Amino acid sequence: MTNDLARWQFATTSIYHFLFVPVTIGLAFLVAVLQTAWYRNDKPEYRRLTKFFGTLLLINVAVGVVTGLVQEFEFGMNWSAYSKFVGDVFGGPLAMEGLAAFFLESTFLGLWIFGWDRLPKRIHLACIWLVAAGAALSALFILAANSWMQHPVGYKLDSHGVPQLNNIWALFTNPTFLWGYVHVILASLVTGSLVMLAVCAWQLRKRREVEAFGQAARISVLVVLPVILLQMFVGNKLGEIEAKYQPVKIAAAEAQWENCQPCSFSAFQVGGGKNDETPTQLIAIPHLLSVLATGTWNGPVEGLNQLQKEDEKKYGPGNYIPNVFIQYWSMRVMAYLGSLIVLLALWGTWLVHRGTLERSKWFLRVGLVAVVTPFVMNTAGWLLTENGRQPWIVQGLMKTINANSPAVSSTDIWISLSAFVLIYIALGAADLMLMLRYGRKELDREDDAGSSDAAGKGATTIPALTY
Amino acid sequence: MQLHTIWFVIIAIFWVGFFVLEGFDFGVGVLHTIVGKTEIERRVALNTIGPWWDGNEVWLVVAGAGMFAAFPTWYATMFSALYLALLIVLLALMVRGVAMEFKGKSDGQRWRRTWMWCTTLGSLLIPLLLGVGLGDLLNGLPINSSHDFTGNFFDLLTPYGLWTGVTLLSLCLLHGSTFLKLRTTDEVRERARAAARPLGWVAIALVVGWVIWTRTVAGGPDVPQPCEVLSVIAVIFGARLAATDHDGWAFSASAIAIAATVGSIFIDLYPNVMVSSTNAAYNLTVNNAASGSYALKVMTVAAVIFFPLVLIYQGWSFHVFRARVKAPPEQTASPSIATPAAQT
Repeated sequence: MTNDLARWQFATTSIYHFLFVPVTIGLAFLVAVLQTAWYRNDKPEYRRLTKFFGTLLLINVAVGVVTGLVQEFEFGMNWSAYSKFVGDVFGGPLAMEGLAAFFLESTFLGLWIFGWDRLPKRIHLACIWLVAAGAALSALFILAANSWMQHPVGYKLDSHGVPQLNNIWALFTNPTFLWGYVHVILASLVTGSLVMLAVCAWQLRKRREVEAFGQAARISVLVVLPVILLQMFVGNKLGEIEAKYQPVKIAAAEAQWENCQPCSFSAFQVGGGKNDETPTQLIAIPHLLSVLATGTWNGPVEGLNQLQKEDEKKYGPGNYIPNVFIQYWSMRVMAYLGSLIVLLALWGTWLVHRGTLERSKWFLRVGLVAVVTPFVMNTAGWLLTENGRQPWIVQGLMKTINANSPAVSSTDIWISLSAFVLIYIALGAADLMLMLRYGRKELDREDDAGSSDAAGKGATTIPALTY
Repeated sequence: MQLHTIWFVIIAIFWVGFFVLEGFDFGVGVLHTIVGKTEIERRVALNTIGPWWDGNEVWLVVAGAGMFAAFPTWYATMFSALYLALLIVLLALMVRGVAMEFKGKSDGQRWRRTWMWCTTLGSLLIPLLLGVGLGDLLNGLPINSSHDFTGNFFDLLTPYGLWTGVTLLSLCLLHGSTFLKLRTTDEVRERARAAARPLGWVAIALVVGWVIWTRTVAGGPDVPQPCEVLSVIAVIFGARLAATDHDGWAFSASAIAIAATVGSIFIDLYPNVMVSSTNAAYNLTVNNAASGSYALKVMTVAAVIFFPLVLIYQGWSFHVFRARVKAPPEQTASPSIATPAAQT
């Protein structure tokens, strides 16, 4: 019970946290691109766009940062047995994240917010790039830590059976980490550009500032196309790597109960869960699973039943199969929505090529709705990777059931879980309200008036009070 | 010096740095409604910490993450023991952090009022509860042989822990007022000076009491230790200088007072990191709570590379925004700034 509650809490808070993280990483990059464009060619629209999307970035950073604090504390608060067990290895990347990334991001964000017209243009531009770098670097250390839970490397067990770090380099060359990190960065860029595209689409449908928002829409389309194509490849590669190190995770994602060779891919099915091992496959594509999981036409894939037997032999009796329904559908949600984004990006690129993006009613309508997809996909991705590791908290080393804090009662967790849910709803509502308000605002008028010499007269028009 | 002792010192430095830097942020957060009568003046007060508070908060994050990496058992036992206290700290950190960013982004009076109280309440609760937690480390909590906390929330509210919390809160308030005096002009500065007077007397009384009490709790000699003496001298100087025009000196003195007080806790704690009130044999120490030597070596290298960089760019950020914050003059104020003034 306590363990389940602790899991619910971690799932709730981390999924919520990760709604904001990719927006931050993606938008920070795009705002940096916009500001670079302004720095390069001095067109006032770019400055106004930078400020406009910079505000949206700040709104998200606020919630992203504070929900990240919860994650940092939660390991010790709810998972003290886990923390004691893994701290030697897992704590390192977390501390490095604080030292190398979080300081960088927050200090330069302060410099960027307050540095307009106070810092030389070039230095101010460097600040936003350092914010973007800090955000991306933050994800690097967190992913290195998380990948160690998926595929533990670079450690030896001490006399008490506790893992001790003995090769830090192995943590940062862990294949699960390398591909997983690229996957997360690309997902963040998709998220950031689709948020930007949606805002532009709304503005363009109102025919506001067609030139400026048309330019921003083109930038987001041109970012999203290569990124999503690369992402399909990287996501697939990550699947292959996980099939190697966490075969159960991928077998469960395919609801593959029996061994197969060659294996067809189930594109849509009903059933296939724990008590229904013979699902009604509505669409099955021959050979595709072999290709996806092994990279060969006739590659074999081990079924869950076989893997369960092997794990029982290795680790003793127990259930080693995660929730198959979650695995199967989170994988497909990612793959299918990803394919839709590929289509959207191709459509958009074609419109950019023809020079009619700003006027295409249907594209703008779809571009607005499409903003939901990255959030659903990001959530599905974490469900796939974290649920797929169960029953383990650290693959093969520690089970989730043994990881929670002995000192913390289920009453304690009820209190904290309800408090977090309530405050997250309030913060989410405030964030959404501000995003909608600032996303639908017109571009800054002050700069409008002085657009001819915006760069020069900034000092008097920028309010001394930012907060 | 052994690696785990070095890491104990590093973690102590991060806690000290956090209280010195975020300490004035807390003080400003509580005092901004007192030194600012109009909306503009309140915004002036909040903008004195504007570019920095977020970076200052990272000192706490690194203190926590450093404990996780270097002393996993300390991190695990302390964070699960202080469960509900840390829950409140987290909630306070959240509403306060979001309040800073969100408050100015909408003009509604209720919106501003809500976030204003979030800032005040959050800034009050965080140093108080973290202070209680630090006091409890020294005073001792029920901890069993497997280093798990066996008490409940009310076991955290030890008289000594509470005194430590109130002492740190009062130091943050004094520190905030000397900081505001250093960073503002005219009425806001005068009100900060006026606030510093009573805050100074309270802080002196609390710190002296805390030092005396600490001598009986920490064991060792009955005479106050150098660092504790320093905190008493610094708080007296801080309180007295706050009345003068030596803004920089007053701020330095309150910074030293807060640093010496938090530093004393860690000095008195060593070589323990958490005292067990159940049995001294169950104390968590730098030895039995530490990570292996390889992990500590890696962390040391990371700290040697990154920490000086952090100090340089954070220092640079303090340098860039060193000018006093003033309200924009009426005639050039942009409409979005003029409106809130009209509302109050």
